Amino acid sequence: MNRLEAATDTGAGERGGHRWVGFRTIVIREFSRIVRIWGQTLVPPVITATLYFVIFGSLIGRRIGEMGGVSYMQYIAPGLIMMSVITNSYGNVVSSFFGAKFGRHIEELLVAPLPNWLIVAGYVAGGLVRGLLVGLIVTLIALFFTHLQVEHLGAVLAAVLLTAVIFSLLGFVNAVFAKNFDQISFVPTFILTPLTYLGGVFYSIAMLPDWAQAVSKANPILYMVNAFRYGFLGHSDVNLGMSFAFMAAAAVALFAGCVWLLEKGTGTRD
Amino acid sequence: MQALSLRKLTKTYRNGVQALKGIDLDVAQGDFFALLGPNGAGKTTAIGIIASLVNKSSGKALVFGHDTDTDLEAAKACLGLVPQEINFNQFEKVSTILVNQAGFYGIPRRVARERMEHWLRKLQLWEKRDAVSRTLSGGMKRRLMIARALIHEPRLLILDEPTAGVDIEVRRSMWEFLRQLNEDGTTIILTTHYLEEAESLCRHIAIIDEGRIIENDRMATVLRKLHSEVFVLNPRQPLAAAPELPGYAVRLADDGSIEVEVTKSQNLNEIFAALSARGIEVVSMRNKANRLEELFMRLVEGRDVETGLVKPAVPA
Repeated sequence: MNRLEAATDTGAGERGGHRWVGFRTIVIREFSRIVRIWGQTLVPPVITATLYFVIFGSLIGRRIGEMGGVSYMQYIAPGLIMMSVITNSYGNVVSSFFGAKFGRHIEELLVAPLPNWLIVAGYVAGGLVRGLLVGLIVTLIALFFTHLQVEHLGAVLAAVLLTAVIFSLLGFVNAVFAKNFDQISFVPTFILTPLTYLGGVFYSIAMLPDWAQAVSKANPILYMVNAFRYGFLGHSDVNLGMSFAFMAAAAVALFAGCVWLLEKGTGTRD
Repeated sequence: MQALSLRKLTKTYRNGVQALKGIDLDVAQGDFFALLGPNGAGKTTAIGIIASLVNKSSGKALVFGHDTDTDLEAAKACLGLVPQEINFNQFEKVSTILVNQAGFYGIPRRVARERMEHWLRKLQLWEKRDAVSRTLSGGMKRRLMIARALIHEPRLLILDEPTAGVDIEVRRSMWEFLRQLNEDGTTIILTTHYLEEAESLCRHIAIIDEGRIIENDRMATVLRKLHSEVFVLNPRQPLAAAPELPGYAVRLADDGSIEVEVTKSQNLNEIFAALSARGIEVVSMRNKANRLEELFMRLVEGRDVETGLVKPAVPA
């Protein structure tokens, strides 16, 4: 076997190692991108979260008083953290994958001997990294304004991880179908933001009339925010078992859908 | 073993365009192979299918015996691609692009850095390793794509017009680099619009037109099919009309010179004698086109009957 044969013909045993190196490379590249454009990825959520805490928490919140048995600031803090996780995990994957499509450097991955599920997993890991990093920064900002205690750490971690995965995958779907930059801003502006604001970030759905409560329960973000809030405050507006079951099922279904889209070549090989 | 085998490969795009109409092609291990064709002939589609950038409609593609349908990862590992369009992240550093690409092929970062240095030095880009890739010149960007395609040391390298838009000096140094790479054992498939490039580098040639292979043979065999050449003769005084030379196809050029088609059974002495007899003094002459270009035009566009050359008065 000559040098070239030795370099490219590898057994199945080595394949797993190669895949791990490939996955790690995608994650390193995504992390480098987040850090390289920190002015677009890390600074805006800090400013937005600070403004929310100052205006809704300190100024308006004082007049609202208590909600769910805690101060309004404590009540909205988990929601605001979750909101930043949602927008940043989604935003990272949609902009990175669409940027790679637009600049054609997605071809670097498509020609490489990596299975499609691993490419999807790499991008999701990138979204997870940014979502969690920004979530951590917003949590630190929240601690400047209020006291946060964790009632159920497992619920906090499970809710934030599942939410970041789900929105990373949704960002991937958006990027696969998008043909121009307008189409990657359409979903966040017209779908994601309204659903997030109406998903119980700033209020308890118990305050709403019955019909509005019923409508709110069709909003998937309500379950994510409430599961996360339950971890901090110990109470939720919705059934927790149903919330986690929904999130787990959504993550699995979306992952399978994204791999299928990449296998089919939608938006990438057509 | 064949480095590449294509069997009845077809591609019909969603808009109905049939880019490939059942291509069969074999490229032997160690070959330097030219794939030529006019724009839109199907070259880039075929390359895209081999590199799994385009989904095929039907047929088979095998790279070193690895079927792209059933053993895609092994097929991809054997293949390096230099595409026609710039397709690296223009915001990343040169060294980052190469190390990351090596990572996608499962090469650990320590080894990747060694290889990055090796190929950047070979392609005279080492001094630019920390430059952001968008700041490179056109020729440097092409060389960066070649380095990237070689970072995993593929057994088959496909280059889709690698020297498009680069100056003559860079082009010549790329030729030398590719020749050496081929001598070292890498099978190379090249598409190019510079037919002199294919004639100079490649041992085998396939010509593709409208989704079909219309010629596939050794370069020497294909070139032997040519029976004539066109010479441009410059008279001392520009001519107003093409002189009639019995048995020769003659055309008047815009600058007053004449173009004469000469077949293998004819000779230039007859032409000069006939021109002298008409009082036309020729001060210089040159061969109009390279031979492969002429053949290419004949095969692809039937130019031998439509060049505008005056039909010979007496059949040659």
